[in-house]
Amino acid sequence: MDLNFSPEEQAFQAEVQAFLAEALPAEIAGRVGRGEEPTREDMERWHAILNEKGWLAGTWPEEFGGQGWGPIELHIFEEECAKASAPRIVPFGTKMLGPVLMKFGTPAQQAEYLPRILDGRDWWCQGYSEPGAGSDLASLKTKAERDGDVYVVNGQKTWTTLGQYANRIFCLVRTKFEGKPQEGISFLLIDLDTPGIEMRPIRLIEGGYEVNEVFFTDVRVPVGNLVGEENMGWTIAKYLLGHERTNIAGTGFSVQALRQVKALAKQVKRGGKALIESPLFAARLASVEAELEAVKITNLRMLSKAAAGGQLGAEPSMLKIKGTVIRQELNDLARRALGPAAAPFPSEDLDNLAIAPKGHAHNASGYFNNRKISIYGGSNEIQRNILAKGMMRG
Amino acid sequence: MNFEMSDDRRMLADSLARYLADACPVEGRVDVAYTAPWHSEEAWVGLAELGAFYALAPEEAGGMGGSGFDISVVFEALGRALCPEPVLATLLGLRLLADAGRDVEEVLAGQRLAVGIGELDAPYDLDGITCHAEGGLLTGRKSVVYGGAGAERLLIAAQAEGKLALFDVNAEDAQISGYGTIDGGPAAEVFLDGTPGELILGDARAALEEALDAGALALCAEALGAMEVVQGILIDYLKTRKQFGQPIGAFQALQHRAIDLGIEIEQARSIVILAASAEGGPEFGKRVAQAKFLVGKIARQVSEEAIQMHGGIGITWEYPLAHYAKRLVMIDAQLGDTDWHLERLMGALAAE
Repeated sequence: MDLNFSPEEQAFQAEVQAFLAEALPAEIAGRVGRGEEPTREDMERWHAILNEKGWLAGTWPEEFGGQGWGPIELHIFEEECAKASAPRIVPFGTKMLGPVLMKFGTPAQQAEYLPRILDGRDWWCQGYSEPGAGSDLASLKTKAERDGDVYVVNGQKTWTTLGQYANRIFCLVRTKFEGKPQEGISFLLIDLDTPGIEMRPIRLIEGGYEVNEVFFTDVRVPVGNLVGEENMGWTIAKYLLGHERTNIAGTGFSVQALRQVKALAKQVKRGGKALIESPLFAARLASVEAELEAVKITNLRMLSKAAAGGQLGAEPSMLKIKGTVIRQELNDLARRALGPAAAPFPSEDLDNLAIAPKGHAHNASGYFNNRKISIYGGSNEIQRNILAKGMMRG
Repeated sequence: MNFEMSDDRRMLADSLARYLADACPVEGRVDVAYTAPWHSEEAWVGLAELGAFYALAPEEAGGMGGSGFDISVVFEALGRALCPEPVLATLLGLRLLADAGRDVEEVLAGQRLAVGIGELDAPYDLDGITCHAEGGLLTGRKSVVYGGAGAERLLIAAQAEGKLALFDVNAEDAQISGYGTIDGGPAAEVFLDGTPGELILGDARAALEEALDAGALALCAEALGAMEVVQGILIDYLKTRKQFGQPIGAFQALQHRAIDLGIEIEQARSIVILAASAEGGPEFGKRVAQAKFLVGKIARQVSEEAIQMHGGIGITWEYPLAHYAKRLVMIDAQLGDTDWHLERLMGALAAE
């Protein structure tokens, strides 16, 4: 048993820390640290800085412009980024489509799209969910019908994250209408400039705008934009969802959130004493800290297994459930610590009133927005179904 | 980073598991653990002969282990077997005697020793101890002393000259009322009334705290072993018990609850690893408090949920689950319960 990183891994960790201290712009880290959504410019600027360093898609093989990082390096990088309040790398190109193209794409597709993901010419978004196909993704209805050299796409996608900034979308579409639903799905790349596509914003609970509905009406897509074989989309989708799930617990975000809640609870006063001395609040804080310490170890156990070439089974689903619940509890404590000072709808006009302590005006927004983390990427109930399947089989 | 057990510890775990399966089978446990002397003298001697106690003491003290992971390996095996032997008392005794610079050879060889710390009104808190000594004579009462029934030797924490001190007492000199516990195993009330004791640590506070933390780690590991057995029993049952024409494990209401138990047990395993790794370092107390708090909570959940998902069979005397469930609930009351360890963590928060 040895819970420490190897000397090489520790050196890498120090390198990442030093890089972040120097290269992460303070105003971007400030916004992320306060719980505000980074702007489009923030994300593009950060991507460019990382790409220059070669770290935008560190797990990609060197031949495609990555560093060939293994799971432990990726974990170290992501943890340090989260602790430094760096914006999350938009995952749709780097973590999702990139690996899919490397595994299922033609050499021509790889040559065309992979460099454009890294240098920012393409911003990809995801067309998976539909109004009638959420957790039951295989029942999706958006159809692509062959017409000579093109597919004609009709239907509707939803929950498309940051689609408003994207120029391309990868979609799961139905290409076969009989047989098992999973066997009639294809994976299609679509240029968002194509006529017949409409992107409409969905405003979320806290008032922010990060997801969209996408409508397709007789959208003509070249057949060359198909990835893999026709009707192989479900296999690709499963590969994509199973890829790089080592950060699924989001422990870096939780470590950062815990640090902020502790600082806040020392600053905020209740009954003449610091909130952290209130037994009920301190009990919840100490409880969630113990949970977080445990899930960090569970995460390292999984990484250690993955790095040794072991096949991951139940671990990512377990980590997703536990990791999201812990983060949401921390979000709730951050909101609750403010009392009524969490109530004002965040607005720059209010900043000079300093109602909440500096950096905490978005605590309620963050709490409400992060209800999403136990829903997206396969809801926690779907994760339990996956685990139960393994339990009953095993 | 490496989460594999060393070869030595794996061998220790395997040989202990083999021995316990043979000497303390769960099926025979009800005959042993609930009637005087509430454990098996034969199994106790066997554990000593196997060298199990050597794994709990460091080399300086004549042992062959004593680190956090040595403790967790031994107690996880004891927990899996639901073994009622009072090994915890030996662990506490070995650490305290080593701190006092005393010879531990007899204890390593299987001397039955018990450690009296908690009292009726101060089950966990060292500050609340009222038992006291004057001129080497001890007065007071130690309550629910685990392993107290049948002990040959007692280590007693008592106030002496303004400090918390530790005394070595011949069990024949004290009045010991032995009994069995609801989860099986020997315990006792120890009455001291001018009882002679040898002062072995004049200021025992640090040694007691450290020994109690090691003991709490052991209990967490024991609970972990027991929980994993319960999980296995539960999953088997979900697959085989049929109602409404299908295995009850086909019902999502039960599936999700069983999965949640599995996730919690992984949390328990992780926090036990973290606490074991911290043994001997400055964070040991905090990590043990986190572990005992989490494991206490999880053990009760596992126990209650496993019973509920079984239905009536889960609360029958003849079904092993019932005995595991009792141990998993009652283990929380030893060496600081969930609330006590949480308060420890809360107190430390403001001081961070």
